[in-house]
Amino acid sequence: MGDSTQELDALVKRKYKEGFVTNIESDTLPPGLDEDVIREISRRKNEPEFMLEWRLEAYRKWLDMPEPEWAHINYPKINFQDISYFSAPKNPDDGPESLDEVDPRLLETYAKLGIPLEEQKMLAGVKGANIAVDAVFDSVSVRTTFRGKLAEAGVIFCPISEALQEHPELIKKYLGSVVPQTDNYYAALNSAVFSDGSFVYIPKGVRCPMELSTYFRINEMNTGQFERTLIIAEEGSYVSYLEGCTAPMRDENQLHAAVVELVTMKDAEIKYSTVQNWYPGDENGRGGIYNFVTKRGACRGDNSKISWTQVETGSAITWKYPSVILYGNHSVGEFYSVALTHNMQQADTGTKMVHIGKNTSSTIISKGISAGRGQNTYRGQVKILRGADGARNYSQCDSLLMGDQCGAHTFPYVEVQNKTANLEHEATTSKISEDQLFYLRQRGLSEESAVSMIVNGFCKEVFRELPMEFAVEAQKLLDVSLEGAVG
Amino acid sequence: MLSIKNLKAEIGGKKILKGLSLEVAAGEVHAIMGPNGSGKSSFANVLAGHGGYEMTGGSINYLGKDLTEFNVEERAAEGLFLAFQYPMEIPGVSNIAMLKTAVNSIRKYRNEDELTAGAFLKVIKKKAALVEMKQELLKRSVNEGFSGGEKKRNEILQMAVLEPTLSVLDETDSGLDIDALKIVAHGVNTLRSPDRSMIVITHYQRLLDYIQPDYVHVLADGQIVKTGNKNLALELEERGYGWLEKQVVNG
Repeated sequence: MGDSTQELDALVKRKYKEGFVTNIESDTLPPGLDEDVIREISRRKNEPEFMLEWRLEAYRKWLDMPEPEWAHINYPKINFQDISYFSAPKNPDDGPESLDEVDPRLLETYAKLGIPLEEQKMLAGVKGANIAVDAVFDSVSVRTTFRGKLAEAGVIFCPISEALQEHPELIKKYLGSVVPQTDNYYAALNSAVFSDGSFVYIPKGVRCPMELSTYFRINEMNTGQFERTLIIAEEGSYVSYLEGCTAPMRDENQLHAAVVELVTMKDAEIKYSTVQNWYPGDENGRGGIYNFVTKRGACRGDNSKISWTQVETGSAITWKYPSVILYGNHSVGEFYSVALTHNMQQADTGTKMVHIGKNTSSTIISKGISAGRGQNTYRGQVKILRGADGARNYSQCDSLLMGDQCGAHTFPYVEVQNKTANLEHEATTSKISEDQLFYLRQRGLSEESAVSMIVNGFCKEVFRELPMEFAVEAQKLLDVSLEGAVG
Repeated sequence: MLSIKNLKAEIGGKKILKGLSLEVAAGEVHAIMGPNGSGKSSFANVLAGHGGYEMTGGSINYLGKDLTEFNVEERAAEGLFLAFQYPMEIPGVSNIAMLKTAVNSIRKYRNEDELTAGAFLKVIKKKAALVEMKQELLKRSVNEGFSGGEKKRNEILQMAVLEPTLSVLDETDSGLDIDALKIVAHGVNTLRSPDRSMIVITHYQRLLDYIQPDYVHVLADGQIVKTGNKNLALELEERGYGWLEKQVVNG
C-alpha cells in the first residue's frame, strides 16, 4: 500500500492536450496600459463616445484600487504594464461570408480543440444543427452562426462590440448594472480594457430556440484576455448559454479577467454553463493562466431564475464566484460547481447568494477535487437581508482528496437578518480510499478507470445539471485530467 | 485448478499467513473456517492481489499459471472473484453502470467483443431475478444506502454476472437473516458447475447447511490445521476451535 500514493500521484500527472499555438498574423498593441491605450482600443472598435467615457472612468477608479489579497492563493505580483491589451487576428474583410473565407488555420485550431463535429458543421453552415457558436478567437469574434434563425425569434446573439454599434441603448442600459465598474479590482480593469465577448438579448416571452455556445481561446503571447459578456432575459423568456474554453501551452503566465453579467426579468430564466480547461501550468507550476473572473446575475423580476453550472479543471489560478442577487419575490438562484486542481494548481471559487425578495431560494452544490499539490478552496456567502421573508438556502460542499500533498479548504459565510430564513449546510471531505480502488479493480477495472469512475460519481450531482453534450465533454475532460502513467 | 503451497504473507511487517497449503480441484467447494484473527480474510485478500499484503514465501498456481504474476484486475479477468465481507460504497456510480464497465473490462482483456447496452440489460435482468434483487437497486449507487443483506446479495449478483472460474466468498453469510441466507445460497448453488470452484470462508456451520462443501478446512494462526468433510463443521459447531488451537501449540 506504501507506493499507492505515488501511483495516485502518477495517475493525475497528465499532459495538457490543448498545448499548441496557431500561427496567425496578429494585430497587437504593444504592452502597457494608460489612457491612450484605452482610447486606442475604443477607436479601433469604433465605439460610441459613451463607451470610451465609461472605460476611462473605470480606468481612473482602478488606478486607486488595491489588488485583493484575501483569497487563498499565492502568485507573484502581476506587472500590468507587461501585458498587451488588444489583439485581433488580421482579416482582410470585416466578416467572412463563407467558410472558405475563414483562415483555414483557425478552423484547424477548432478541430484540434475537439469542437464536436456537429458544431464544426454548424460553423460550416450545415443545415439542421442547433447550437449557435459565437467563436471568440483571442479578442475579436471571428464568426457568428445561426444569426438568422435566432433573429427570427427576435433573439440577439452577437459580439458585444457589434452590439455596441447596433444596440447601443441596450448596452448603455445594462452594462455595469449588475457588476459595477468598481465592484472589484479585476472587474474595474475589465471595464477599462474589455476586448470583446458575447451579447445576448432574449425578448419577452421567447424561449431561445437553441442552446447558445461560445468558445474562448487565448492565443497571443502575453495578451491578457478581458472578455465581457452580457445576457438579458426579458419577462417570461428562457435561454441556456454554454461557455467552454481551452488555451495553448505557454511558459509565461497569462492573465484573464472576465466579467459576465446576467439579468432576468419576471418569470425569466437563464441557465449558464461553463467548462473551463485553460492551460494549468506544468507539474512545477510554471506557466498557466491566471483566471480572475467576476460572474454575477441579478434576478430582477418575481419568479425569475438564474442557474450557474461550472466545471473548472484548468488555469494555474482560479478566482471566481458566480453569484446571484435575488431581488424578485420567489426568485431562485443555483450554483453547481466542480473544481479540480492538481500539480500546483490553485482554485479559490464559490458563490454568493444574496436574498432580498420574499420567498427566495438558493441552492449551492460544490464539489472540489484536489490532487498532486493542488489547493482547492470553496468560498461561499449566503446573505439573507431583512426583508427577505421565507428565504431558503441549501448548501452542500464536498471535497475529494487524492494523495496526501493536496489541500481542501472550505469558507462558508452566512449572514442572516431575517428570522424566518431556513438554511441548511452540509460539508464532507473524503479521500479516494484504497479499499474502493481495490474493490473496483477486483471487479476487473483498471486503476485508471476505477479512479475515473469514483471521481465522476463524486461529481454526478453537478454533471446532471449540464446540457447533455456538455456533460459528456465534462466527463471526458475529467478523464483526461486524471489520465497518465499508471504505475 | 488452484494449488497453494506453503503460502506466507505479512502486512506491515506482521506475519499473517505462515505456510498455508491448499489444493482445490475444478468443481469443488471448499469451506474455510476458523477463529477470529486466524487469517481468513487476509487469505482472501492475498489471493485477490491486495497491495497491502506482501507475499514472503510459497507459491500460488491457478489454472497452470503463477497467479502472483498478475495484478488485481488481471486476476479478476482471469476468472478470480472475491465476494467482499464489507462491500464498498461508490457514491454517484450506479450499480448497473459499474457492472457494465466491469463486464466489458473483463471481456476486453479476453479479446471478446464488448456487450451492447441491450445485451447487457438482458443478462443483468436474469441474474437479478436469481438473487431476488429489485430493479430499483440496480439503478442506485453501488451499495450506497443498501442494508447489510442487500450488500451481500449485490456481491452474489456481481458474481453471477461475471461468472468467475474461482470464487472466494469472504463471510458472505455474516449479518444475513435466514431468508437472505437462503437467497444467497441459492445464487451460489446455481453457479456451481464442474468447471467452477469456490472457496467459502465462514464462521458458522449454518451456511454449510445450504452450500454443501466438499471439504472443510480449519485455519488457525495462518495455517490450515485440520481438513475434513462437512462433518468437521458440525464438530466445530459443538466443540469450538479451542481443541484445535491446542493441537497446534502441542504439535
